[in-house]
Amino acid sequence: MAKLDVNIGALKLKNPVMTASGTFGYGLEFQDFVSLSEIGGIIVKGTTLKPREGNDYPRMAETPQGMLNCVGLQNKGVDYFCEHIYPQLLPTGGTYIVNVSGSSPEDYAECAARVDALEHIPAIELNISCPNVRDGGMAFGVTCAGASSVVKAVRQAYHKTLIVKLSPNVTDITEIARAVEAEGADSVSLINTLMGMAVDIEKRKKTLSIGTGGLSGPCVKPVALRMVNQVAKAVKIPVIGLGGISSATDAIEFLMCGATAIEIGTANFLDPAITIKVRDGINDWLDSHHIADINEIVGAIQ
Amino acid sequence: MKKYILDLQVKSVERVHERYVLIRLTDDKPLPEMLPGQFVEVRVDGSSTTFLRRPISINFVDKQANELWLLVACVGDGTRRLAELKAGDTLNCVLPLGNGFTLPVNFHLSPFTSHLSPFTFHLSPLLVGGGVGVAPLLYLGKVLKEKGVEPTFLLGARSAKDLLMLSEFEKYGRVLVTTEDGTMGEKGFVTNHSVLQQEQFDMIQVCGPTPMMKAVARYANEKGIECEVSLENLMACGLGACLCCVEKTKEGNLCVCKEGPVFNIKRLLWQS
Repeated sequence: MAKLDVNIGALKLKNPVMTASGTFGYGLEFQDFVSLSEIGGIIVKGTTLKPREGNDYPRMAETPQGMLNCVGLQNKGVDYFCEHIYPQLLPTGGTYIVNVSGSSPEDYAECAARVDALEHIPAIELNISCPNVRDGGMAFGVTCAGASSVVKAVRQAYHKTLIVKLSPNVTDITEIARAVEAEGADSVSLINTLMGMAVDIEKRKKTLSIGTGGLSGPCVKPVALRMVNQVAKAVKIPVIGLGGISSATDAIEFLMCGATAIEIGTANFLDPAITIKVRDGINDWLDSHHIADINEIVGAIQ
Repeated sequence: MKKYILDLQVKSVERVHERYVLIRLTDDKPLPEMLPGQFVEVRVDGSSTTFLRRPISINFVDKQANELWLLVACVGDGTRRLAELKAGDTLNCVLPLGNGFTLPVNFHLSPFTSHLSPFTFHLSPLLVGGGVGVAPLLYLGKVLKEKGVEPTFLLGARSAKDLLMLSEFEKYGRVLVTTEDGTMGEKGFVTNHSVLQQEQFDMIQVCGPTPMMKAVARYANEKGIECEVSLENLMACGLGACLCCVEKTKEGNLCVCKEGPVFNIKRLLWQS
């Protein structure tokens, strides 16, 4: 049994396998399939200051080795999370991280401050990269100034581990990563979905209700791997890698390219027990290669 | 209800129509408890264009034979792959998912004393199906009959050859039929059937194409009859995590996979 625990700033994870926001609900939906306390970290659905109904149906299109979604941050708001969902999470023994989104730096900061008050939430992931909302989301994540403004505001309001989730829909993702690092982010996670489109030739219409959506799944993995590798070399803070990870091999690729931890997203839809299989697979690979500590392979590929 | 990921064994695949196959699945262990109206997310192997699991409604559960039946419409590459399964193959299933149709309780009580029980309806259910939407009604009919309530099935299709599994339905209740071309039963749509004018039902449970379900819902609404419909919005996870399959309801956007797929029409915004 190899040593699997990793540190993301002050946040200690028992293993590097986390779940990507919006793909694992609040974890509770998966309790019949996996023991939530065995997952490194569970990043819950994007949470905003006020409730959001999200975009109209259809919100999803299947694509080759992936899918597009334009859910649009449907959630019941941070107060509902604190009062009704948070108490349900505590007995599961899971490590929960809240994904926070907003439409202005003040919004983000206020939402983060409310999560800061929750004793058993050790970190937040700041979503400055949602491609499916007009007001905010990715608007902040595609410029250094926008990204900095949000992280600066949140850093003042939030005192625990701050992870910033980056958009791949930019010319140079390393610039954004450096900008948020400079404002005090403890970690960056990447990549959020790639903006894409699907059309229906018979209806001569775009498939998704808002026309575009975020692409995820194995089809984005090579793009994600490249960006993780670039960012890991550009910043000193730990990097969390995600994008199409569906197996232990995929996860190890991201770790070797510089990620300290990884998130599993769309693969949860195909196999609701994938998280634990990936954790076990990483452990087996390390054992078979006589590697005692997972941290030995982080960044092995420059 | 506890959900499972199971590699079920294919017992047989029967082509019941040019577009439909009936897949009978089994397992070494007793199959989990499943309710009429719930569904299964099946993994499709060997199709390069099929990425996500496919939600398939539970057609029938035979507890004695330890069988689960799925009636699959072959509409795309994924479902065509399912039709090519052979006896002895395995099919990876996540099940049972969603909420099923409302079932009557305490039906050992005589209908004549029902005013004494908390249940004052669901003595004469009408189960309306169209196309592959007839699938979940077979298991529903069986469970209703077991509870002492014999349902009336009203099944619609384009033509006589498109009516599926009629002899199975006849085991559990009276079967009425409409066809658009008049080759069997009454000519027209299910909503044109004379039984709707001649008899009183106190619960209508529907599965089929959306225009059909909306038409039946309008009828039920006018008559003030309880009505449940089974929705089929495009899904990804089937567990209420991805929020892709939402339906606009009086309670806001709800996941069809988790809050449904069966909804009382009172919760939906179909009237407006």
